[in-house]
Amino acid sequence: MSENKGKTFFIDQTRCTACRGCQAACKQWKKLAADETVNTGSYQNPPDLNGHTFKLVRFNEVEVDGKLKWVFFPEQCRHCLEPPCKMMADAFIPGAIIQDEATGAVLYTEKTKDLDYQTIREACPYDIPRKEESTGLLTKCNMCIDRVRAGMLPACVKTCPTYTMHFGDRDEMLAIARARLAEVQKKSPAALLADSDLVRVLYLCEVHPSHYHHHMVADAGSAGDRIGPFSRRALLAMRPLRTG
Amino acid sequence: MTNHWIDLKNSDVLLIMGSNAAENHPISFKWVTRAQQRGATLIHVDPRFTRTSAKADIYAPIRSGTDIVFFGGLIKHILDNELYFKQYVVDYTNASYLVGPDYDFKDGLFSGFNPETASYDRKKWNFVTDDKGVSLKDPTLKDPRCVLQVMRRHYARYDLKTVVDVTGMPEAKVLEVWNSFAATGKPDRAGTILYAMGQCQHTVGVQNIRALSMIQMLLGNIGIAGGGVNALRGESNVQGTTDIALLCDNLPGYLPIPRAIWADYDAYVKAGTPVTNDPQSANWWSNLDKYAASLMKAMYPAADHKTAYTWLPKIDDTKVVEYSWLSLFERMYNGGFKGAFVWGQNPCAGGANAGKNRKALAKLDWMVVVNLFENESSLFWKGPGVNPKDVKTEVFFLPASMNVEKDGSVANSGRWLQWREKGAKFMGDSLSDGDIVIRLFEEVRKLYKAEGGKHPEPILNLDTAYLKDGMYDASALAKRLNGTFLKDVTIADKQWKAGQQVPGFAALQADGSTACGCWIFSGSYTEQGNMMARRDRAQTPEQAAIGLFPNWSYAWPANRRILYNRAGVDQAGKPFDPKRAVIAWNGEKWVGDVPDGGWKPGEKLPFIMVREGRGQLYGPGRVDGPLPEHYEPFESPLAGNPLSPQRVNPTALHFAHEEKAVRDPRFPYVCTTYRVTEQWQSGAMTRKTAWLKEMQPDGFCEMSRELAAKLGVKNGEQVVLESVRGKVQVVAIVTPRIKPFTVMGETVHQVGIPWQFGWGQKKNATFDSANLLSPSVGDPNTGIPETKVFMVNVRKAQPGKQG
Repeated sequence: MSENKGKTFFIDQTRCTACRGCQAACKQWKKLAADETVNTGSYQNPPDLNGHTFKLVRFNEVEVDGKLKWVFFPEQCRHCLEPPCKMMADAFIPGAIIQDEATGAVLYTEKTKDLDYQTIREACPYDIPRKEESTGLLTKCNMCIDRVRAGMLPACVKTCPTYTMHFGDRDEMLAIARARLAEVQKKSPAALLADSDLVRVLYLCEVHPSHYHHHMVADAGSAGDRIGPFSRRALLAMRPLRTG
Repeated sequence: MTNHWIDLKNSDVLLIMGSNAAENHPISFKWVTRAQQRGATLIHVDPRFTRTSAKADIYAPIRSGTDIVFFGGLIKHILDNELYFKQYVVDYTNASYLVGPDYDFKDGLFSGFNPETASYDRKKWNFVTDDKGVSLKDPTLKDPRCVLQVMRRHYARYDLKTVVDVTGMPEAKVLEVWNSFAATGKPDRAGTILYAMGQCQHTVGVQNIRALSMIQMLLGNIGIAGGGVNALRGESNVQGTTDIALLCDNLPGYLPIPRAIWADYDAYVKAGTPVTNDPQSANWWSNLDKYAASLMKAMYPAADHKTAYTWLPKIDDTKVVEYSWLSLFERMYNGGFKGAFVWGQNPCAGGANAGKNRKALAKLDWMVVVNLFENESSLFWKGPGVNPKDVKTEVFFLPASMNVEKDGSVANSGRWLQWREKGAKFMGDSLSDGDIVIRLFEEVRKLYKAEGGKHPEPILNLDTAYLKDGMYDASALAKRLNGTFLKDVTIADKQWKAGQQVPGFAALQADGSTACGCWIFSGSYTEQGNMMARRDRAQTPEQAAIGLFPNWSYAWPANRRILYNRAGVDQAGKPFDPKRAVIAWNGEKWVGDVPDGGWKPGEKLPFIMVREGRGQLYGPGRVDGPLPEHYEPFESPLAGNPLSPQRVNPTALHFAHEEKAVRDPRFPYVCTTYRVTEQWQSGAMTRKTAWLKEMQPDGFCEMSRELAAKLGVKNGEQVVLESVRGKVQVVAIVTPRIKPFTVMGETVHQVGIPWQFGWGQKKNATFDSANLLSPSVGDPNTGIPETKVFMVNVRKAQPGKQG
């Protein structure tokens, strides 16, 4: 699929208030289980993504230029244009992870229960896939593919009260993301769109991506992050050979 | 709100004062962020750095309970530097009025104070008037007796150093906020102030709101798009319940509460109707007799309205706050009630001094709880430390249906009455509140019919024709609230038949020929149908320019979307800011919003709800003074008040026998209470919702790293908070978002705790309601409790042990 086709999210983090409507809406639409959590000294809960938490708002207290910032990161699968998790899965069980033709959504099927969890998780440059212990399936955001095919917005986008979450055709999303970035850069010159040429979830970061989460952008490719001969980022940017 | 949610996007500077709008009113940030996208500046003043501060351009920390010091300093700053909007101030406020010779302010007290009754003789604060009773004025604002000069003298004490010393806000932040906000005192700049319980829940709560309203008047920010005084309502129908008088001091539509001293209807009307001889003043409350007569007829259509008045309950000639929440629980605690209806409330968790409330409920013979779920109040008899055998109170639980299971209207913060149709049927044996109250009432009426009783007329004669197929019908009540003609009449050449809906409150009559349950809702359900159910986006270009949708729902009053909009235009009807005009006179008529009265430009003064028609910088109507003055909270880290020898509000509601912690080494830390977005009210609904509970599962205490180091507490550990009244154990969130204050040269630590968690919500959980800590002291005008500031101790919990 051409990289300008299909669907894309634009997540304008300058507007996110961490109300977590998206996190709750995701679980509500997909009827995902809730855990008996405890407060660990943070608003962030559950503490991490898990087999039944596909959208997680991360809270980080950071100091930027001597000023306290509380940054919020509504984390989810990026639906990579060329998904390394799929490439890795294809090497073992073709069809376990598929890419939807019309939208570009990366979808995990029933066959993922036969994949090696750690191999797939480590293939992901953003550390997204998790295993649901109750079913053995590998899980993550599926772009609300059922809703999208029915002409509806993903649940997280639909519920967002602040225009943080946007969803639509990729060219349109790229256009509004770039326009918004130019606006934000007037006030915050360091602002950027994280990995916008590689993924279908365009995160607008007002401060350096590392302040949101160490997996906000794909790993730069240190030795420890290498998977076989390639860095994760190199794997992400790899294009399948096309002939004719 | 004087304005409405969408209008926030029109603002240039938004000051969120002690509210956590992003957290508690998520929808507000749809529009706040739009304003920011336009280049607006967002200022957040709050003791804590919150989700709201995270989005703010300027965050300024303030010690809880010192807002009037901050506002008083800002008033002084505006006056000293001539930053006010002079034309607006002279034409539309009472800045020029001459204050009478009896007014004085000395040693923290205004003139007329009676220490025995802890109240003021407000006549001492009157203006000087001419022989017709119209206030004398000096439009040059030079007369030393004029309001502006009185304010200048009053706020002379609120200099920058004092503000910094008392509030604990760093000097650079004070100036940054003041300069940013005061810059909106120009015709083409709009500043808005957003607030919620952070301003109200203080013993100076009403004067906090007065102070921020005065700043908005000085800057010409009321009556304009992107301006106003905007109270954010946490529950979507708080506005509606206020309108419909779920308060002790008024009847529906803000009519005064009947008092025993006004024995008959004429005395009530006379006392409630302000009189002015100023031909420029619309003095809208001169219509009170029409609204009062119509209300009587709405309740008792078959009776004469004057007779109906004698049937209404009347309060004694005492302070109205003696009928408010804290006073009711004090009386209950002292055995003053046999029974109580606890209807959609949770006083054992959501009420200040919840431990006292729990003891008070145990003094009752019976209690009826109407709620969706069991909560800390319906189950108080088996709560922590209570042996059910020791409780004599018989408790009845009536299951109520939820808002989405009922048709009806919701009034949002912007005064929009929005009709909703039910989305589901009642579950099990639950019923709507309307059904429950009518069934209870009819049973009581049967008993009166069968057995007689004292003063039976109000019960026997009340009209309750709100049923359809045996069930409560919200439409029938909505029609009654709008108002109905009871006789055929002709108004301005138009014929109306008995039984027809009135078109608006201008049609209401003083002779008993109309019935209307709430005059401000008049126009919401007319012969054209249910105006609240409208969902039409049609708008004129003028309306589109400011995001105004007059055909979407119905806004009270008269579908006016921005109140006092005649203050946004000059005497010729020309908008001060033509780019953001709310109304404008086009030579023949007003365009834009519904004007505050259709008179031609310059004919009437804009503040039509006050007797003399001008905004009250000096407000002689409040019980605790005509100008806001700083008093320390009842519990404070300071032994005195740096501004005057009077430590606390001398008129505040309090119970002298209850101990207060004042610079008490046992309780050295300031504590405030608040909400989280994931939980709703006292949590009875949301704590049962697994997805919400997963995100925000436990009570917690937010504290600075500095305090945590001092106490040896690590992030995530259990801590115990104790006040004079009680203790709770919660998780510590140690965070750089809270910083110690320097107050009067000393370090003052502040902590905060949300009040939405309670006992029994989780297995083995040790925590209980934060309101076990908060005091029974309240504002003298409203009785609202001072739950936003009190003193506590904090210590590390012993492992494996509670408390």
